[in-house]
Amino acid sequence: MAIFVDENTKVIVQGLTGGQGRFHGLRNREYGTKIVGGVTPGKGGENVEGIPVFNSVKEAVAATGATASFIVVPPKFAPAAIIEAAEGGITFIVCITEGIPAHDEAVTYNRLVEEFPGVRLLGPNCPGIISPGKCNIGITSGDIALPGGPVGIVSRSGTLTYQALHELSQQGIGQTTCVGIGGDPVPGTNFIDCLAAFEADPETKAVMMIGEIGGSEEERAAEWIKTNMTKPIVSYIAGVTAPAGRKMGHAGAIISGTKGTAQAKMDALAAAGVHVCLNPTEAGEKMVEIVKGL
Amino acid sequence: MDLFEHQGKQYFSRFGIAVSPGDIADTVEQAVEVAERVGYPVVIKAQVKVGGRGKAGGVKLANTIDEVRTHAGAILGLDIKGHVVHRVWVERSSDIAKEYYASFTLDRPNKVHLGMLSAQGGVEIEVVAEENPEAISFLSIDPLRGLDLAAARKWVDEAQLDEVAREQAAELLVKLYECYTKGDCDLAEINPLILTPDNKVHALDAKVTLDENASFRHPEWEEFRATETEDPREKMAKERGLNYIGLDGTVGIIANGAGLAMSTLDVVNQVGGTAANFLDIGGGANADVMASALEVINADPKVKAIFVNIFGGITRVDEVANGVLEALKRVSISSPIILRLDGTNAVEGRTIIAPHVSATLITEPTMLDAARRAVELANA
Repeated sequence: MAIFVDENTKVIVQGLTGGQGRFHGLRNREYGTKIVGGVTPGKGGENVEGIPVFNSVKEAVAATGATASFIVVPPKFAPAAIIEAAEGGITFIVCITEGIPAHDEAVTYNRLVEEFPGVRLLGPNCPGIISPGKCNIGITSGDIALPGGPVGIVSRSGTLTYQALHELSQQGIGQTTCVGIGGDPVPGTNFIDCLAAFEADPETKAVMMIGEIGGSEEERAAEWIKTNMTKPIVSYIAGVTAPAGRKMGHAGAIISGTKGTAQAKMDALAAAGVHVCLNPTEAGEKMVEIVKGL
Repeated sequence: MDLFEHQGKQYFSRFGIAVSPGDIADTVEQAVEVAERVGYPVVIKAQVKVGGRGKAGGVKLANTIDEVRTHAGAILGLDIKGHVVHRVWVERSSDIAKEYYASFTLDRPNKVHLGMLSAQGGVEIEVVAEENPEAISFLSIDPLRGLDLAAARKWVDEAQLDEVAREQAAELLVKLYECYTKGDCDLAEINPLILTPDNKVHALDAKVTLDENASFRHPEWEEFRATETEDPREKMAKERGLNYIGLDGTVGIIANGAGLAMSTLDVVNQVGGTAANFLDIGGGANADVMASALEVINADPKVKAIFVNIFGGITRVDEVANGVLEALKRVSISSPIILRLDGTNAVEGRTIIAPHVSATLITEPTMLDAARRAVELANA
């Protein structure tokens, strides 16, 4: 089994007619994802290599029965696109847009919670989600993932997600689902959401968790793991040597005062029984060892 | 983007928050001119983006024109924790009856806004939080509902500000919240917020961090950017559109993706080296980007080796390899380059590099191997 998305998930792409939307949308379809439509206001009736384009999410959902949406639109328009998806009946939204103002993210997140409690937002500013062999929504290169499980991956960083997939696939260890939650200050889906889903998924036997400096999501996850998680977790936290007060690429990756350091996160996770590794390779090796011992 | 105090005060003024009358000065003569205009006594404050200015001699009171000359002369050019003072803010000195603290920031775990208010201002709020946490009144604010005057009134009561200050403070907090939200601040902080002996409340300091993601709707931020003093390496990188942070070590770093770049710093450190920078070239690692990245790193005299760490996802490694070779034709690099190429089309990429491998262009199969080699060469 996979979490959140599988071979039956029908996906629309908001922004399919743009350069990025077209590229990734077609790539996802080529992987085998059920990309059933696109949405671009004013371009309804057109098609992108056979994928029908609609004027609104509502029309697209009515015509295709899609339940998931992949949002690839500029930061200025992304919050409205997220709300439109929820209003249109989509229940799983993946938004890869980077550069959305933090206040807009806070408002959008709280609107979703209040008005659309059944909707899950992944991102913004994330690489997306892949359930290998079944469904790929986002920008992850499908060929570095290996179907069949038993490892679930959850990560705040894009390239480190690829690194993790690669390390495992190279060793013949497959993945159930790999979720990139993104590096922004207000992520729609957090570590705990994903860990809980992996804990409940019978095919996932172990979880790789990749965090980075900034915020306190890893510490909160550690608290949750202590009382709720029975499956082994291997973690790697990037940014041990990052200087305080500087944004390390991601809007959310900043050490404020003494808060958000990699060390604090590693300590919290180790105290919760997580296997804390110092670099991605070591994390990969540790996971191989765990999976072989299952 | 962090603002200087004087910029923060200008920003506050736009939202109707009371600040002391004053102006900026780049020279002693300008400082005198401002002092004469706003009236004595004046406070002369170093404009640097670092705390502890007062202790470092960067904040002085001047009662006369001669004192303005002496103090402005001493503060301009002063080095405060590595930040040289190029500019001072001169403002009319305020008599202080009480010092408070007020700020708004994002409460990331709870995904709401967080207001902090304290009747004990003027000292670092982290110290208050540590030693006397009950002296801070926290307020969670739903981003969908905001902060109205009624809630602000309740809040100033709870924080036990002096009775005479409460109504003015409540009104000011509503404006500060407006500045924080409409003004797209990551942080809007006043420390101290003062009550004067004649019962006026106003902001004596301003600490503002702007969310650069919101730049598209704030063309007026351009003026703040113009005066941003930066590490010359960072300035050069910014001009070339690169995501670069200067550090102090000897191994130059180029990686694709912020997480991988951070991780590269860590690995270099673990094998006994020190990173000279953080540099994320993002997804499109073509020849132009690679040439710019190598140029910026090469301009850093401390760099003794350059570690290029690429994991191809969307980025194709063969394209990166061509980019590196093309870049090397355009710029002359003085340090050896260690390449780690992995991911999509890695084999093709390595094949492209193979005929060009030399003592100054080295390939390694893994991130750890490459880090060890780079550190070895940097320390040689």
